[in-house]
Amino acid sequence: MTTPQLFFAYFAVAMTVLSLLVVTRRSPVHSIMWMLVLFIHIAALYLFLNAEFLAAIQIIVYAGAILVLFLFVIMMLNLKKEETAKKYQAQWPVSAGIAIILAAFLVLILGKIVVLPSLGEYSIEAVKTEGIMMTTGKVLYTEFLLPFEIASIVLLVAIIGAVVLAKKRIE
Amino acid sequence: MEMEATISLLDMRLLVPELTLICVGLILMLLDLVVRKKELIAAVGIAGTLVAMYGTYKLYGFYNPQAAFAGMFVVDGYSNFFKLIFYLNIILTICISLKYMAIEKASFGEYYALLMFSSTGMMIMASAADLIILYLGLELMALSTYILAGFMRNQPRSNEAALKYFFLGAFSSAFLLYGISLTYGLTGTTNLKGIAEALSTLSIMDNPITYLGLIFIIVAFGFKIALVPFHMWAPDVYEGSPTSITAFMSVGPKAAGFAVLGRVLFDAFAGMQVQWAAILVPIAVLTMATGSIIALAQTNIKRMLAYSSIAHAGYMLLGIIAGTHDGLTSTVNYLMIYLFMNIGAFAIVIMLRREGVQGENLDDYMGLSKSHPLASALMLIFMFSLAGIPPTAGFVGKFYVFMEAINAGYVYMALIAVVFSAISAFFYLRVVMYMYMKDPVKEVELTTSPSMSIALAVTAMMVLIFGIFPSILLNLVRLSILG
Amino acid sequence: MSVIGILLILLKTISVVAVFLIHVMFVQYFERKAIGHMQSRLGPMRVGWHGILQPIADSIKLFFKEDIIPASSDKPIFYIAPIIGVIAAVSSLAVIPLWEGFSIANLNVGILYILALSSVGAYSVILGGWASNSKYSFLGGLRSSAQVISYEISMGLSLVGVMMMAGSTNLSDIVSAQDGRWFVIPQIIGFTVFFISALAETNRVPFDLPEAETELVSGFATEYSGMRWALFFMAEYAGMFVMSALAVVCFFGGWSGPGFWIFAYVPPVIWFLIKVYGFIFLYFWIRATLPRYRYDQLMRLGWKIFIPVALANIVITGVVKILWK
Repeated sequence: MTTPQLFFAYFAVAMTVLSLLVVTRRSPVHSIMWMLVLFIHIAALYLFLNAEFLAAIQIIVYAGAILVLFLFVIMMLNLKKEETAKKYQAQWPVSAGIAIILAAFLVLILGKIVVLPSLGEYSIEAVKTEGIMMTTGKVLYTEFLLPFEIASIVLLVAIIGAVVLAKKRIE
Repeated sequence: MEMEATISLLDMRLLVPELTLICVGLILMLLDLVVRKKELIAAVGIAGTLVAMYGTYKLYGFYNPQAAFAGMFVVDGYSNFFKLIFYLNIILTICISLKYMAIEKASFGEYYALLMFSSTGMMIMASAADLIILYLGLELMALSTYILAGFMRNQPRSNEAALKYFFLGAFSSAFLLYGISLTYGLTGTTNLKGIAEALSTLSIMDNPITYLGLIFIIVAFGFKIALVPFHMWAPDVYEGSPTSITAFMSVGPKAAGFAVLGRVLFDAFAGMQVQWAAILVPIAVLTMATGSIIALAQTNIKRMLAYSSIAHAGYMLLGIIAGTHDGLTSTVNYLMIYLFMNIGAFAIVIMLRREGVQGENLDDYMGLSKSHPLASALMLIFMFSLAGIPPTAGFVGKFYVFMEAINAGYVYMALIAVVFSAISAFFYLRVVMYMYMKDPVKEVELTTSPSMSIALAVTAMMVLIFGIFPSILLNLVRLSILG
Repeated sequence: MSVIGILLILLKTISVVAVFLIHVMFVQYFERKAIGHMQSRLGPMRVGWHGILQPIADSIKLFFKEDIIPASSDKPIFYIAPIIGVIAAVSSLAVIPLWEGFSIANLNVGILYILALSSVGAYSVILGGWASNSKYSFLGGLRSSAQVISYEISMGLSLVGVMMMAGSTNLSDIVSAQDGRWFVIPQIIGFTVFFISALAETNRVPFDLPEAETELVSGFATEYSGMRWALFFMAEYAGMFVMSALAVVCFFGGWSGPGFWIFAYVPPVIWFLIKVYGFIFLYFWIRATLPRYRYDQLMRLGWKIFIPVALANIVITGVVKILWK
């Protein structure tokens, strides 16, 4: 194995193990801690793909904001009862079985992946000469302007939803 | 890839209806600050929708396809017809919800704004020619609908509905994204036309990864359309949500789901028609069976209509399975008819709700014809139509879908559909039987309002007109889709 | 990369961290002295000349003090919470350019890297507060989580103006882009928002609600003692250093100094340190002067004033930048 493959193998295995840890811990705060480690691994994987901007955003947004929010909510709730209650419903072996079959299927067919004959416009070299932030910014505001703007409306709706569902006044 | 196409300000032209709706949504929220009368807000909402409708009609004509934003967004007859469904959906929903939301004590201005945003998402889905736009439109639609489902936030079952819808919706989004990423990884593009091109030039149509991507995408849309076995959320969500929102989302998201399903399968995966038909056939059979059979056991009318809506999705799927443009036409035709009969039925359900009375049980309909003959007659029309009994529009819708399935060689599918259609007639007619053949056990008072009367008049009239003169609607759909 | 290259990076890292830790040790002495004199006291006077050896005495004491771990605490998280803070704060040093061409890692996303680490650093306070299983600590942790999320946004937004003017997020490029015209003048709004947000982000007075000695008995750190408590302390001061350094780099021309007369012979790193210590003095000055904010005021300030102002600053910067062309 070459060094990059070795790195990737580590991240692949570690991320799988971490994801399992996240869903199997009894204490939600411990789950979140493993999730934090998982997010840092994802960020590292982005770095590995020459996407340092995405890596930084991954940490700032997911680790820095969303996960802190999770923690905040979990700390506000009294989870003592949840922690002692049964964690999974009775059908979990079935779900696990389906998940394992799906995973096995994925692994089996992944060998069939076809590598595209030509690379797109934004190859690693092209991104490197201009810098990833510059490229991302340009692409977002030209080619992907419409998706970018729709995303802004989606966020607006999320804000409205939070306010509507949480405000005190009820007539 | 046609990435060299640049984006100019002129591209905004095609977005005018969507932008109008977004602006209307924002205006409604601001208006809510200064205006106390919800009627005014509703009126502004309807007026804004009409403006957007005019934009769709006027600016583009009906059949010439135009693309914008580097081919990501198309406006053609297909998308325009779906937009018409969405506009009517907003207007009718607003009409039936005005009084109802006041009774539920959840009459906020945001309600109307979210209807606008949700419909904008549906319109974006109908116009999407790129998987990214499609996904974002879907999220916009779904997020607004989750909130609307939980709008009666002092009622636990509404909270439950919103939460269930949200979790399963997020789950289905994950499927969609996985499907998109697999497809993108293979073809190197998210553009629907580009995918079709890449699939044939790279000859990767029989690659298992392409299948998997396709399956994931179908599963995700299956969640939105509530196809079995991805329908688990539907009964609980339909029951718990405000009834007006149940009406809204049994039509809107379903139509939007069919719009993208048709677009993706016919544009991007056109070359794999045999394969996706093979996936959809068992799903359609299961959907029709589950919907029709489980509905028999329901005593709550909202739940019953939820299962009925699942069954209808199964019939609509036949047109897509046919794989011809005529088949697609019949599905779209069905959707338009479904809009009227379904919202009409929900309007009657809403009328039974009043202060202190839920009015959702079948028992509440006992002997309704004695005290409220007009409302019972209307309900009779809607139930006949949903069951597919002539001379109502429901019959026409089913007839064309089954015809197209037979034309495309799926005779057995049409037969199965007819059988389940007959089974489903039982529970629709049970409502009629309760209304006309049982004696009233208690006093039932109906909540009426002028807007409700208008909505009922329009829906009932349309159901009858399209039932007696089916060619009016069918020609319009044909013109839009086939040109 | 050659072995020598790796060794060189290691050497750089070790020396920067070592020098930094000594600074952190003595900055605390500086604080006690500065605040003491502001309050007409003398501050530490006993150990060494004018108490100059006080930090060393304190370190020895903390090092040998008993490490008390509450019985009902969540042990693993209790252990790692302070360490996260120190690691995050010290790692931020990697991208800070001390003088031209010298930074351990010349990252293209330097600003984002620091923002990312400062948000990870917040975990130490939140988790420390939660794991202690004590009311005071818990309240401190809750306060901190809400405070950090709120002020991170305004801090990030306030730096966008700088990024736009420099056209880069690389800290060295930002310093070179200033070239005598410090960004503090055109970006005065951004700087104000940044500085106040940095106070909140590092839990300093007047935003030290997570520790709030008078009401929460030092908040998240109540149950900590000995070396673990010292680590929290170190993380706070290290964070202060990093934020000051970021302010100097983004708004005050980094290592550059006046290039005339004998000033031209002063090494750039000295200028850098002078500016950083200027900021640190400002931190102390504010601590000695201002009372603590109330919590709802803190939230209102962050969400209703700073975020809109920072957004407006971005718009203004963008418009001016386009018109200037």
